[in-house]
Amino acid sequence: MNAANRLTPYLFLAPAAIIMVIALLYPLGYMVYGSFRDWNPAQALSETEFVGLRNYIYLWNEAAFRESLGVTLKFAFFCVAFELILGVGLALLLDRKLRGMSILRTLFILPMMIAPVVVGLMWRYMYHPTVGTFNRWLEAIGIDGIDWLGRKALMSVIIADIWQWTPFIFILALAALQSLPRSALEAARIDGATPWQLIWHIKLPLMMPVLIVTALLRLIDAFKVLEVILVMTEGGPGLSTEIVALRISRTAVEFRELGVAAAMSNYLLILLMILTIGMFAFTRLQELRATRAAKIIQQEG
Amino acid sequence: MSKIRLENLTKRYGVVEVLHGINLDMAPDEFTVLVGPSGCGKSTTLRMIAGLESVSSGEIYVDDTPVSHLDPKDRDLAMVFQDYALYPHMDVARNISFALRLQKRPKAEIAAKVREVADLVGLTDFLSRKPGELSGGQRQRVAMARALAKDSSIFLFDEPLSNLDAKLRGQMRAELALMSQRVRKNMIYVTHDQIEAMTLADRIVVMEGGHIQQQGTPEELFKRPANRFVAGFIGSPPMNFLNGTLTETPTGLAVQGDGFAITLPEWAGRDLASSASREITLGIRPSDLRFDPEAPEGAGFDLNVRVSEYIGAQSVLLCDCGSVSFTVEVKSETPIALGEKLRFGCQAEALHLFDKTSGQAVLNNKHP
Repeated sequence: MNAANRLTPYLFLAPAAIIMVIALLYPLGYMVYGSFRDWNPAQALSETEFVGLRNYIYLWNEAAFRESLGVTLKFAFFCVAFELILGVGLALLLDRKLRGMSILRTLFILPMMIAPVVVGLMWRYMYHPTVGTFNRWLEAIGIDGIDWLGRKALMSVIIADIWQWTPFIFILALAALQSLPRSALEAARIDGATPWQLIWHIKLPLMMPVLIVTALLRLIDAFKVLEVILVMTEGGPGLSTEIVALRISRTAVEFRELGVAAAMSNYLLILLMILTIGMFAFTRLQELRATRAAKIIQQEG
Repeated sequence: MSKIRLENLTKRYGVVEVLHGINLDMAPDEFTVLVGPSGCGKSTTLRMIAGLESVSSGEIYVDDTPVSHLDPKDRDLAMVFQDYALYPHMDVARNISFALRLQKRPKAEIAAKVREVADLVGLTDFLSRKPGELSGGQRQRVAMARALAKDSSIFLFDEPLSNLDAKLRGQMRAELALMSQRVRKNMIYVTHDQIEAMTLADRIVVMEGGHIQQQGTPEELFKRPANRFVAGFIGSPPMNFLNGTLTETPTGLAVQGDGFAITLPEWAGRDLASSASREITLGIRPSDLRFDPEAPEGAGFDLNVRVSEYIGAQSVLLCDCGSVSFTVEVKSETPIALGEKLRFGCQAEALHLFDKTSGQAVLNNKHP
């Protein structure tokens, strides 16, 4: 009876676990296996030749892949940096009781709810060199249009991503702000802190744990971005916006190099794993600190 | 050294007025305690003095200068909060020195000040700990040290002891009393606990429903409560109240009610002679009664003892007087038996009379 009771939860978890193995672990293993082989789409995986680390070494030395990795890093860094500054800034501004604030907040998070493909299309139209919204505005005030999706393509896709994902950081930052201990903020005001000092010395340090996790989540997402850029620029012009995810799909579909594409996916996976492990390590560290503090108090009890 | 004066201080939230024109004068270096039940407006008053709540109308004066338009930081005050309000990400030393660091004082001066106040509250060994690693009592000390380090002329306390357990609360109360003697400053202390109010205050301000009910020294409030609310709020166990009628008897003016008849002393009778047959509430403190089977007619109560609560040297008897419950505090060696009707005597000086409808005192303890 008791043993059965203990096994029940595992029984309930089993369907989910089976789906995970079929839909996640199996393709992942397939990909890792394939990355060590010279593989084109006409072959079954078993007919392919084992080439060891050749795909990885090849990629390491390939200029286009490095370029693509550089674009991805640049894209992720600038997106997350600006989203953090804007999201936290907005949260600090809107963390107050004003009439109509709830409507305003809802409006702010709308971009996040739009499908990426739609976001890509929308911005592509707005960026259009002659009929796009931006250049028509610019021309209306007598400034030459900007070559948004040409020479400024990376900046343009970064702006679109910032537009879509700042709300995510805004929501989390606002939630963090509103859960700050109110009396500590009041104590700081009495201690003589100006509004800026309050933000700098109290609010930001106390929000930091949430912000770090949020930033890591956004970084992970930014490394995987695909649809918006695919729709807006298809990676061009040249390689200027070809992020790794796009390069992987082109390598597999256009260049018919499945083994190389798999190796590339693994590089990206490793990068994301490092970020994810970093995030877990950070939250674990926080928990450890809390239990250590509790233990100290108990011992002195 | 500063004098604080509240003039017609009013607080409204929308259309709801929660504080109805508070007038209060606090002498320099006085320890003032605002006391009252939850929702009486005491915390709101304190937070308005601190500048954390806006003033709807009226004015706060510090040394005759109006301050209600100033930010909290410009009011030269320090505050200790109920939940301590420590900065969780700073260690004890940085918590204590936060205000000084904002003022950009020299490093050596800050370090010396931190050592001084940490020593004063007994935190010297904990300066590098974070608040999360301290017990409730230690956190309360940090909050106190932080307020002390600021060297402000006004000290505000918002129920600082109510998050502590009973034993620690008693200990901290004593330390606070000691500290307030050493550090002479204007202190304003908010509490719902009348024992804290009685033990700490130079002046107690009893509030209820957004009004000041009475203010004065602890002794004044205990001996001469201005109305039935104050009489019932100050003192533990609380005062007994019995409804009755003023009646002329051959021995003088008396209060008669359900199961009792008490003759008033002659001087009281003189004062109240015109109000005969008026409805009245008689108040008497549990400690003003003695077990006395021989108590004469008109100077004692026949009480039915239901429960005896033994609390050491004293016992509290829960009794019935007619149909009203009645508390008596007696020495524990008093021979009493539960369920019996016993006679308790009282001194005429211990009687309080309140108007039955308005609750205002019409005759108080040790009237001249």
